[in-house]
Amino acid sequence: MSTLVLAIFIPFLAAAIIPFLYKYLKNIHVGWFAILVPTGLFIYLASLIPAISSGEVIVQTINWIPSYGIDITAYLDGLSLTLALLISGVGALVILYSIYYLSSKEPIGTFYTYLMLFMGAMLGVVMSDNMLVLYVFWELTSISSFLLIAFWYQRKRSREGAKKSLIITVSGGISMLVGFIMVGSMSNTWSIREVIANVGAISDHALFIPAMLLVLLGAFTKSAQFPFHIWLPDAMEAPTPVSAYLHSATMVKAGIYLVTRFTPVFGGEAVWFWAVTGVGIFTLFWGSFNAVRQTDLKALLAYSTISQLGMIMSMFGMGSAALYLGYSTESVVYTGATFAALFHLVNHSTFKGALFMVVGVVDHSVGTRDIRRLGGLITLMPVTFTIATVGSMSMAGLPPFNGFLSKEMFFVSTLEITEAGFFGLGTWGIAIPIIAWIASVFTFVYSTVFVVKTFLGPYKEEKLEHPAHEPKPGMLISPIILGLLVIVFFFMPNIVGENLITPAMNGIFPTFAAEGAELGTHIHAWHGFKPELFMTIGVVLFGVLLFITRKYWYGVYNLFPEKRSINVFYGFVLDQIEDKSTVITNKYMTRYLRDYMVYIFAFFILAIGGIFIFTEAYYFTLPENAPISNFEWLVILAMMIAGITILFAKSRLTAIVLNSILGFGISILFVLFRAPDLALTQTIIEAVTTVLFLVAYYFLPELDKEDTTKKTKSINLFISIGVGVVFTAVALGVQGNKAFDTISTFFENSYELAGGKNMVNAILGDFRAFDTMMEVVVLLIAGIGVYTMIRVKAKKESDQIEDK
Amino acid sequence: MKINNVILRTVAKLVFFIILTLAVYLFFAGHNSPGGGFSGGLVLASALVLLFIVFDIETIQKGLPIDFKLVAAFGAFLSVGTGFGALIFGDNFLTQAFDYFNVPFFGEIELTTVTIFEGGVALVVVGVVVTILLSISEDE
Repeated sequence: MSTLVLAIFIPFLAAAIIPFLYKYLKNIHVGWFAILVPTGLFIYLASLIPAISSGEVIVQTINWIPSYGIDITAYLDGLSLTLALLISGVGALVILYSIYYLSSKEPIGTFYTYLMLFMGAMLGVVMSDNMLVLYVFWELTSISSFLLIAFWYQRKRSREGAKKSLIITVSGGISMLVGFIMVGSMSNTWSIREVIANVGAISDHALFIPAMLLVLLGAFTKSAQFPFHIWLPDAMEAPTPVSAYLHSATMVKAGIYLVTRFTPVFGGEAVWFWAVTGVGIFTLFWGSFNAVRQTDLKALLAYSTISQLGMIMSMFGMGSAALYLGYSTESVVYTGATFAALFHLVNHSTFKGALFMVVGVVDHSVGTRDIRRLGGLITLMPVTFTIATVGSMSMAGLPPFNGFLSKEMFFVSTLEITEAGFFGLGTWGIAIPIIAWIASVFTFVYSTVFVVKTFLGPYKEEKLEHPAHEPKPGMLISPIILGLLVIVFFFMPNIVGENLITPAMNGIFPTFAAEGAELGTHIHAWHGFKPELFMTIGVVLFGVLLFITRKYWYGVYNLFPEKRSINVFYGFVLDQIEDKSTVITNKYMTRYLRDYMVYIFAFFILAIGGIFIFTEAYYFTLPENAPISNFEWLVILAMMIAGITILFAKSRLTAIVLNSILGFGISILFVLFRAPDLALTQTIIEAVTTVLFLVAYYFLPELDKEDTTKKTKSINLFISIGVGVVFTAVALGVQGNKAFDTISTFFENSYELAGGKNMVNAILGDFRAFDTMMEVVVLLIAGIGVYTMIRVKAKKESDQIEDK
Repeated sequence: MKINNVILRTVAKLVFFIILTLAVYLFFAGHNSPGGGFSGGLVLASALVLLFIVFDIETIQKGLPIDFKLVAAFGAFLSVGTGFGALIFGDNFLTQAFDYFNVPFFGEIELTTVTIFEGGVALVVVGVVVTILLSISEDE
């Protein structure tokens, strides 16, 4: 049994069940059911740690569309397992937290459904080996994120935040898909493992760099890298558990995961190195710089997340330098950056998750997140304060918290990369540690702002919605666990390092692992008075200085006014697209059915007629056709007369009846040509459509003669003759077509193959059942379309919700 | 619309069942002779259409309190569902199975999964046709 594939689909299954549980078990908070899923998955995944850490990888495949090479392949190595554990572990904690955060009065049934959808999609992203399946799950995470951000859809800001995140991440996703298709067409496989195994064959291909850039675009939009970071602060309109889960711990790491996964493919290229490192390091700076000016605690954390994601991203860029050199004792040094990146990825999830939950607790307790109104909560909320301090100090990179370890490793990597003599690092490399250091100073400042402004200083109860108090103990369990992990990982970092990150490293640097390189790093808290320690001390000193003097240099932010921000540019572009497309659309959407018919028929003439001329497939000889009997002439004559009479019909009723003569005439022809199935269906269809016509007829105005210009008349004449000619040509051409071999002999075995003697229905229901199924679905959609257009009218109340 | 046509009503009451029988026949005959889910469903729909035309809509809806949107949706669910059913048995999507069984009294009969698939098709056709008809005719 493919338990791993099942693990991906269990959350989807849960998403289907939760609405029913919510509906029928009113007394129990539905979160208690939802929490079972990630907890179970976490235990299952944790049981795989021993196997993975000993170097195994687990691969399980379920065929999906084998003819296109698209299979659901669950692939679990160190990297996948690390992320899968984060997804399920943080997921369980977040759900536990949300049980206390969201009251049962809210539509929590939908909340947990979306959350489960997200969890399944996210597990799918990190465990899929097939690029196209990965893409499907990737977009599902975007969609579920959209739904969760807009959970409070009555608020305008929620809807706009949701829209923004969807537009940016999905555009990135589509470019990533194009990149995947390029990679797939270069290497003739959709499997990432196989692409990695044969990477030498594609690295000189002309599409290699475009594919790389497109995949990176997907990663950068998802992981909120500059300049695509603008969606993340707006996404903070989501309920806080969602922010903690999707927008700091898991979904935004998907882009980083993608970069990591494709490092063995693209790594070692200068473009890759500079794109990933450059964008990452600048995002690190820009995020931390902007986080300081925020007054909303969640916005502060959002910018901080952007910054931290940039930091992780840049480390993966630096680590990829090792692949440029190939395996040697010198190049292994650079892999240290990748190791640090993976370690920080885990650390970030712990401390940032805890901090988000703290903000949620504060918000829940006093009703505001604005630091101008907060202050002095330390005595009233001591537990919350402790967690906030632990998280912030870890974020700032101070001991004894896990952030210190990864920050130090980050500094080491930035210093090492300056000594590399390739990629133009000799001249530009020095900028990396400098920017990193400046950004770290700002990180220290905003971490301090977070704690000091919220918990210290005077307590201003008159500015708060409710007096401050500690929340229900249940709400504190999750942040306390995460806060404890922050400390545990400091003292025992090698549990994570050896069991998860080292096997992950072997997957990222397969060529190195094959040579027997020791890719694991033993993490030490103390490694002597080295430059990185002095950098940290410098960060603290300057950070404190900047924090104290912040009144004097805050003016610097006036250099970056809101008017000229990327946000405004984004809004401008969106408005322009909307305006321009409205203008263009209005030009051809005339609201006259006759104009639309002209478009359709003109397209028909050009496409069908064009193909016949272009491919020179047109061939027919009259003598080969069967002779036309007298009776057939008679039917055709009747149909011709009816057809021409329609043009002169004075009332709609006459036209409808004449039209049905055409239809019944065709069914008589079907009888003559011995096609009973077609004749039967055509007869009934004709009867039913005539009735439908008559029902609609009741609502139509009297048939009037139209006043049309000569020009329109001649265009219409031209088009009707064109359609007639093309159609006749097609009908005759089909007879004489010898371009393909006939496939009808296959269907003649319908009794042996499908157990039915009626070949037509064997084709419909068995041989080509997929077409029939789709037609049925289309029919259903059409029916629902008619129903909604006619019957469902906008209610007046809905306007009021829109404007809130 | 009030139609008071006694002859039409009397005939329709009888003819309705004849058409209904034809629909059922066509549905099952489809496997080996002309017919099938689509035409069976259409005939069934036309029988209902006849009722709606001869009697007024309110009367019919009182006698047949069925939401035809649900019928259509259930049909699509059935058709797509048989596709997934094949997956459970390890076959490809939409693989249809058939076998012959000896049943007392009826003798050897053939049971196929296509019948379920075609049943879905028939229900969609009935549901959609009636839904469209009712939507248009009830519009004010």
